[in-house]
Amino acid sequence: MKSSVNILEKNKTKKIFRELGLLIFLIVLCVVFQAINPTFFTWENLADMLRNTSILAILAVGMMMVMITGGIDLSVGAIVALAGMVSALTVQYVPQLPAVVAILIGMGVGIGCGAVNGVLVAKGRIIPIIATLGMMNVFRGLTYLISGSKWVSAHQMSDGFKSIATSGIGPLNTLIIIAVVVVLIFYYFLNYNRTGRYIYAVGSNPESAVITGIKKDRILIMSYTLLGLLTGLAGVLWVAKFASAQGDTATGYEMNVIAACVLGGVSVSGGTGKVGGLLLGVLLLGVLQNALPLINVSTFWEDFIQGIIILVAILLNISVKRRADKNALKRREI
Amino acid sequence: MSKMATLNKRTNVELDRSVLEHKLDPKKFFLQWEWLLVIILVVILIINGSISDYFRGTQVLDATMNFMDKGFMVLAMVFVILLGEIDISVGSTAALCSVIMAIAYNAGMPMELSMVLCLAVGLGCGYINGILIAKCKELPSMIITLATMTIYRGIAYIILEDQASGGFPEWFQYLSWGYVGPIPFSLLMFIILAVVFGLLLHKSVFGRQVYAMGNNETTSRYSGIKVNRNKIIIFTLMGLMAGACALFLTSRMASTRPNVAQGYELDVIAMVVLGGVSTAGGKGNMLGAILAVFIVGYLRYGLGLINISAQVMMIIIGLLLIGSVLASNFLLNKPKALPKK
Amino acid sequence: MKKWMTVVCLLIVAAFVFAACAPAAETASQVPESSTESGEASAESSTEASAGTETTGSGKHAIVFKNTGNPYGEKEMEGFENAVKEAGQEAILRAPDQPTAEGQIQIIEELIAQGVDSITVVANDPDALQPALTKAMQAGIKVIAVDSGVNAQSRELFVNQAGSELFFFFKQKTAYEMCSGSGEFAILSATSQATNQNAWIEALQKIMESDEKYKDMELVKVAYGDDLRDKSVSETEALLQSYPDLKCIVAPTTVGIAAAGKVLTDKNLGGKVALTGLGLPSEMAEYIDNGVCEYMFLWNPLDLGYLAGYTAMALTDGTITGATGDKFEAGTLGEYTVVDASDGGTEIILGPPFRFDSSNIAEWKDVY
Repeated sequence: MKSSVNILEKNKTKKIFRELGLLIFLIVLCVVFQAINPTFFTWENLADMLRNTSILAILAVGMMMVMITGGIDLSVGAIVALAGMVSALTVQYVPQLPAVVAILIGMGVGIGCGAVNGVLVAKGRIIPIIATLGMMNVFRGLTYLISGSKWVSAHQMSDGFKSIATSGIGPLNTLIIIAVVVVLIFYYFLNYNRTGRYIYAVGSNPESAVITGIKKDRILIMSYTLLGLLTGLAGVLWVAKFASAQGDTATGYEMNVIAACVLGGVSVSGGTGKVGGLLLGVLLLGVLQNALPLINVSTFWEDFIQGIIILVAILLNISVKRRADKNALKRREI
Repeated sequence: MSKMATLNKRTNVELDRSVLEHKLDPKKFFLQWEWLLVIILVVILIINGSISDYFRGTQVLDATMNFMDKGFMVLAMVFVILLGEIDISVGSTAALCSVIMAIAYNAGMPMELSMVLCLAVGLGCGYINGILIAKCKELPSMIITLATMTIYRGIAYIILEDQASGGFPEWFQYLSWGYVGPIPFSLLMFIILAVVFGLLLHKSVFGRQVYAMGNNETTSRYSGIKVNRNKIIIFTLMGLMAGACALFLTSRMASTRPNVAQGYELDVIAMVVLGGVSTAGGKGNMLGAILAVFIVGYLRYGLGLINISAQVMMIIIGLLLIGSVLASNFLLNKPKALPKK
Repeated sequence: MKKWMTVVCLLIVAAFVFAACAPAAETASQVPESSTESGEASAESSTEASAGTETTGSGKHAIVFKNTGNPYGEKEMEGFENAVKEAGQEAILRAPDQPTAEGQIQIIEELIAQGVDSITVVANDPDALQPALTKAMQAGIKVIAVDSGVNAQSRELFVNQAGSELFFFFKQKTAYEMCSGSGEFAILSATSQATNQNAWIEALQKIMESDEKYKDMELVKVAYGDDLRDKSVSETEALLQSYPDLKCIVAPTTVGIAAAGKVLTDKNLGGKVALTGLGLPSEMAEYIDNGVCEYMFLWNPLDLGYLAGYTAMALTDGTITGATGDKFEAGTLGEYTVVDASDGGTEIILGPPFRFDSSNIAEWKDVY
């Protein structure tokens, strides 16, 4: 009895350790940026940064869920574009439409796209990376087709729609509030809801999950559909934020989302991933995107620096993890 | 109860397959993925020929020039995916190789040496990937190559900034625009390399080890296979082929800039998977992947000949990818492709 | 069950393969007569060959834009198509799905295989298309560059939207006027790859150094938004954070100027930080109406495409050869003359860019 408590405590220290490494790294990075450009740590800049990062956070939470099942979704960038375009076109033709309905339309499109991905992966037994790669092409092509290769511009959108991204409660922008709400809901869902726990079960060991009576296919389809829903939401927010819907919106953005997940300690082989760690990963990318232009590095160095920081972060993460594992092992031997 | 039954059934299927792999059942032989690919390829060629008056004779061979650069990467990517790994840095590696070659040539290095340097840079990039992946076992190769993808292209940007570089000697264009008889030089090189890689995979000890590692890395390690060494070799080979791709691509464009070969990684991976190689590792062969290169290439070319717009082309290629993998899953009764463990 | 699945899957694969030819009918309406004519071409070729030697009834003219899904490009291609159709000839409109030279090379090869009469390119890279375009010229195809040019060796003629005259607006007014003669200003460019943009920035810097008038103005930074919305927004925000005294942002890119307009609107900085550059009227109408951007410039992509279309036909039927001094009639646009270009080739210049401000934006915002 006592030993089991001990193990629990040890696991806890290990967990804290993992996220601590990333947190310290993030803080050090912020201090460096602040030293170079003092405007970094102003309220206004932080608000900008959080606003720009909120869409990434929404997408990353969904992506984490799919990655926990052992899958991946390369089509999020294309779904963002498709959902954003559909809602923007609707707003263009029905200007008096309330913003909430526009959001719901976008989410509906996202659900549809996500469900297709989910069914292909679960029932069609296609490897997620390939299924979503194929659908990425399809969704992107559809976006161009329905828009007739035109853009929906600011003046064609109603003020109510554009205000989704500009309004806010007090100093907090709506985008940030939506992101926080989404993260909280999914934190609860993944940690305290039975279905949420099933997602981890399916990802850690699909066979035993099936034997325990979990309907694996259903869980898979649900994960992709939920990601689709979040992606649709993000698509509408994206379009509202930039007040422009284009066919090539968010091209390649899936790589940012995946990078945020991976930095946050979500494993691509499935089964692991925590909302807390994920937020750190999202923040790290957000800080980089915000601060690299601020500290006046040449544009041509930005890619390189970003890549190096990602590499250092993941390598640091393993070395911390290895040390923690070793310590845990040592204690167990005694 | 019923669950147990389905489980048993699945295990039986697995057993069945493993037994059948040793004897040649004609029915099984013709129910192979490669035959389906051959049929698709033939159908595409026939349709191309019938819908367009221009798809005739040498034009059929000429068309290959458009996709041979990706073909080189496919050859090595087969090995990487057979291991159950993935490399998404190949496009960036090719860009870096190409940029360094151009810089070296313009700094006065002879073209021949610059070309060697191009391959060497690819080799080096691949080696770094390999070392990182072998040493950090906890990290999937996708993550590491995601980071190196950004870094390699970042270096290319640092070197060339917003400039283009070129001015290569006239003969350098021969690589991608020249002919040996009626056959384009790039196609000839591809065929030679395809044979070499095919032999390496299917007729050498190394190739068998790759299959073993893809099926079960731990078992392979205990059976005395030098797992880490093989991994490093394969990723180095991948880098080398990215360098080769860079040679042909640069020759085709006669100049280079840091943003060339963007998104090639996904095209290459898609071709390999279409060719029947499983991303779970251990299943698939070289022939399928090579057929897939021609299928995707000719499909694109054929659609281009009838001036299909790019957006429709995207949809068709996406659906083809999904449709063919669906077909392979159900038609050939492959065991469930579980997420990689 | 399994057999059913097999049949279904086979049908799906068959459907995809046939999908490859089904859209042929679809594009027939989109790209008039392209596929139907290729089918009938063999039957009619004998009659057409005899009739079409000196008349221009059977020409096939292709335009290859940078990438698909760009409204500016759609308008340019539309202008091209209008010109070619007016003359009763056939237009082929193509663009790769990504703005890469690789994609354009493949399209050019496909066009060479189809035996078109002329290829007009809006290049993603000035040098990389050279081998492909040389091959086209060797096959007897006329090659014209428009908008974003290619080097002098790989074209017969360049249809230039504004030439060096583009700087007249920097020289005379704009940044100078908006900063009221002194203060900090910044440039928000597209990608670091865009050659025409970098040429403009360089020329601007030269003008600033050489002219006394600008001694009080300071170019604090050239930021690159990569023509991505999110990146352009981050870069604009960084500019505002780092240079609180910034008086003006010049964005010679349609995506960048719209993103900057959005940031300035959201931050209520209209009137404090001026914004100008090259922008699409439809995208910028909002920000011109609310006063964030007082005025901006752009040439008419329809006219540019239209001029390119007439140039292609004039080259093909031998009215002009691409030599300096050649004159031809470009439909409703009037007469144009071929002049020497700064890179050693020859070009045709459309004319000065159009100025958009609150007085005329309403009539243009729905056009392009």
